[in-house]
Amino acid sequence: MHAGRLLAMRLLQVVPIIVVATFVVFGLLHLTPGDPAMMLAGDNPTPQHVAEIRHLYGLDRPFLDQYGLWLWHAAHGDLSQSLLTRAPVSSLILQRLPNTLLIVALALVLGLGFGIPLGIAAAVRNGSAVDQALTSAASLGVALPSFWLAMILVTVFALDLNWFPASGAASLLGAPLDALRHAALPAIALAGSTVAEVARQLRSALIEVLGTQYIRTLRAKGLSPTRILWKHGLKNVAVTLLTVTGLMVNRLLGATVVIEAVFAIPGTGSLISYSAINKDFPVVQGVVFVLVIGVILTNLLVDLVAAALDPRVSRA
Amino acid sequence: MTRWRLPVGAMLALLFLGFLVVLSVAARWIAPASPIQQNLDDMMLGPGPGHLLGTDDLGRDVLSRLIYGAPVSLYACSLAVGVATILGVPFGVLIGFVGGWADEVGSRLLDALLSFPAIVLAIGVTGALGIGTTNAMLAVGLVLAPVMARVVRAQTLVVRGSLFVEAAQGFGAGPLRVIVRHILPNAIQPVIVQITLALAMALLAEASLSFLGLGVQPPQPSWGNMLARAYGYMEIAPEQMYPPGLAILLTALSFNALGEWLRVVLDPTMRKRGKS
Repeated sequence: MHAGRLLAMRLLQVVPIIVVATFVVFGLLHLTPGDPAMMLAGDNPTPQHVAEIRHLYGLDRPFLDQYGLWLWHAAHGDLSQSLLTRAPVSSLILQRLPNTLLIVALALVLGLGFGIPLGIAAAVRNGSAVDQALTSAASLGVALPSFWLAMILVTVFALDLNWFPASGAASLLGAPLDALRHAALPAIALAGSTVAEVARQLRSALIEVLGTQYIRTLRAKGLSPTRILWKHGLKNVAVTLLTVTGLMVNRLLGATVVIEAVFAIPGTGSLISYSAINKDFPVVQGVVFVLVIGVILTNLLVDLVAAALDPRVSRA
Repeated sequence: MTRWRLPVGAMLALLFLGFLVVLSVAARWIAPASPIQQNLDDMMLGPGPGHLLGTDDLGRDVLSRLIYGAPVSLYACSLAVGVATILGVPFGVLIGFVGGWADEVGSRLLDALLSFPAIVLAIGVTGALGIGTTNAMLAVGLVLAPVMARVVRAQTLVVRGSLFVEAAQGFGAGPLRVIVRHILPNAIQPVIVQITLALAMALLAEASLSFLGLGVQPPQPSWGNMLARAYGYMEIAPEQMYPPGLAILLTALSFNALGEWLRVVLDPTMRKRGKS
């Protein structure tokens, strides 16, 4: 399929997903028991204040109008303001997003960097003791609560050995080394389950490819196992790997919420949990909005790269 | 039949989960002390004969809190997975069975819901509903429902195209009868696998939300909020984070091991692959 048409089609497919996802984010407000305006008005509001809020948020209009209005504002970067601090939600998020993105990106790099070689090692020795050990370790990794791993890492590497700071974050642009030192333990804690998941998925995909007729033919022709693996095996699992990477971005953006709490990192994750506890609903809604749009765009990117890598995908 | 022979992992998983159920039912007879009774004379005791796992910062017996945490966690997981199943299964069957634009629209809805990082959406829903065990687990159920729906939809598509469904329809069976008598029984196996795996996800989600203070509220003990408590005095008593953490890990591991085993046992294609 022509590249331009493919791009256009994927973009068109993303539109309904964005519409539905934003509708869900907006709809969250209406899940609240009772009058949303009362919740937005905070504790002990005056009737005038409630009426003001109702008008400000358009809650006196029909539901679809409200959604349209909200989406219009959101698309222009206006995500309303915090009930606690009156600060614009978008600037609260923008201030914190770099801290979150740093540990998520670092965790992704670690997850792929360790997960891919381990997955390959297990797949080529399918059924061996190495494979069994790696598979068991991966099951353990998937079930491991990342924030518990984080607490263990803090106790050992921050409190006992003093190799890394136990909490906080630094600006990557202002003090890059310090930022990485702060991000190291949170990223390792996040990467634990990512390594396990990447290794598991890659292993099973690779075992399937290596068992196909086509690889058997290559083997029969006398091609060396290393060449088969690198030239033919891995090429065929590239798309699986991409899909898993997309899925991991989604998982990491979720898991980081708890990790940020453990390390007291001022990121979007700690922002949403703090706001949820303190009933600062516009901030909660804003963070959910930004993260889901981020995931949808990541998935779009993954789809496009996968189509570019493998012609079979674009035909599907 | 040989395929029903339990592998060691699945057997250990079943034993451990059975043990948790017994603990949950008999917590008040098994636990050595009350899980919420404070005793400020016995704060932060190390493990010893009186308190096998020591006491927390309010002098409460950690072992007792761990034991009483079991029913809380199991209730929370079951609630979330129950909600996910009740919402997800009918939805998946419906869009898979009706097909056409209903399937198209339904599938986009599932895609959209699955684009949310699970914990983030759960926090959003909890934020709207209000914090607490039941609301948090309803939220987790809502988040897990699309996973369930997608599995059921895929299976429904397979079954719907099969000859025996066409035959039933040819004999004049209505859609409801076809769904209840033919589609559901044949789509149930992946659902059972998915339920088991979802229990592990729900457990980790409950622990995370309770750790953040959005789930199970103190003084009621849960493994997640025990970890939050232990986090508060990690520098003086790091050993206190191991019991609840291990409990979460082992339980999640058991649900996953059980799910993987059920997948092999229940899925005909996996069974064949295992034999060759």
